[in-house]
Amino acid sequence: MKVMFAGFAAIFVIAVAADFVLDDIGFAAADRQSGPSVRLGDGD
Amino acid sequence: MLRIAFAILWSALISVVALPAVAQTTPDRAATGGAQTLSDILARQNQMTIDDGFRRDNTGAPGAAKPTTEPLGTLGGTSDPDLWRALRYDSANIRVSAGGDVAATLVQDGGMAWLTFREGPLRTYGGWLLLGTIGALILFYLLRGRIGVDGESTGRTVTRFKAIERFAHWMLAGSFILLGITGLLTLFGRVGIIPLLGHEANSILLIGGKWIHNSVSWAFVLALFMVLVMWVGHNVPNRGDIIWIKQFGGIIGKNHPPAKKFNAGQKVIFWSVILFGGSISLSGVSLLFPYELPLFAKTFAFLNTTGIPEMVGFGVLPTELAAQEEMQLAQAWHAIMAFVLMAIVIAHIYIGSVGMEGAYDAMGSGEVDEAWAHQHHSIWLEEEKAKAPAQTPAE
Repeated sequence: MKVMFAGFAAIFVIAVAADFVLDDIGFAAADRQSGPSVRLGDGD
Repeated sequence: MLRIAFAILWSALISVVALPAVAQTTPDRAATGGAQTLSDILARQNQMTIDDGFRRDNTGAPGAAKPTTEPLGTLGGTSDPDLWRALRYDSANIRVSAGGDVAATLVQDGGMAWLTFREGPLRTYGGWLLLGTIGALILFYLLRGRIGVDGESTGRTVTRFKAIERFAHWMLAGSFILLGITGLLTLFGRVGIIPLLGHEANSILLIGGKWIHNSVSWAFVLALFMVLVMWVGHNVPNRGDIIWIKQFGGIIGKNHPPAKKFNAGQKVIFWSVILFGGSISLSGVSLLFPYELPLFAKTFAFLNTTGIPEMVGFGVLPTELAAQEEMQLAQAWHAIMAFVLMAIVIAHIYIGSVGMEGAYDAMGSGEVDEAWAHQHHSIWLEEEKAKAPAQTPAE
């Protein structure tokens, strides 16, 4: 059971890390459809 | 054989999603000066395929226009209708200030075919495939019951899967279940969630589901790679598999055919997960990085060189696809492969849990009773026993 939960925990860790990395390199689909003249979700 | 099967699947897919109109007849359009006729309109309304080249290619001829210095000289040679046709068929010279090259496509009619496919056959056949699989398993359980272990347990256990193997398995399993649920919510939310829980709930599920689907996918890819490396050597087909298949693996009947670490049924599961999972991963990465990794134009070009699409009646596949079309095909392919793999995995979950006594232990604790091992993997058990003395340190 420990190994199973370790596997599930790894999914969570990888998912959070992937989210940071994808955001960081700007590969969200919304970013790809945008450009410098468009502001996306910056709250301004 | 596998390549042919894939070719047929590819061909079937593009036939519903992206095939352009094919000429059936060439009507006389002299009466309309080359514009569309009533028969064209009626044919379209009857969903017949028509050659729309007379409109698609009729986008003006600036090169042939008379200069303004001459009588009847024009300012261009492209009329408004010519321009609108060019926009309609995505051949106009468009410049946009945001969104990159793909935003220059203002009208992309393949999108409607994709939407119709996604809302129709994909949901219908995909949904029934999963429900049918579950129904068949329930029926099988009622008829066959749980497959038990013959005789008493020995009390001696043997290590079936090491910790790293179980770790990869559960990472793969957990991520696949999350991806499957969120994928189904995305596909069925509009027809399944909104009527039951409303738009707000569906919105929350979609936003959360999108984050989970996009982020958890990487864990799936990593785990898929891990199981491939660890188990591919054990999953090479051999002659023993034929005996196992002939005896239905002991699932039907009372025989327990000999098997190594993985029997033929497990090998089918393994290769399904690797091939379907690999295809899902590849199309998923293409979707995750929009427009960066187009897969289909090159694949179609390759398939055309084999001649298979023409052989099975689909003609030459299109090799010039709009960026949006690539994404639509990737999404459709991603979903079809996922439905097939989900059905296979549901069967795998059944046999690994309620369907067979002792099967869960192999992935739970990693230790299985020798009686279970002898019944289901007798050759592997003998190999493990033969290895055991060699592992004992010398006195």
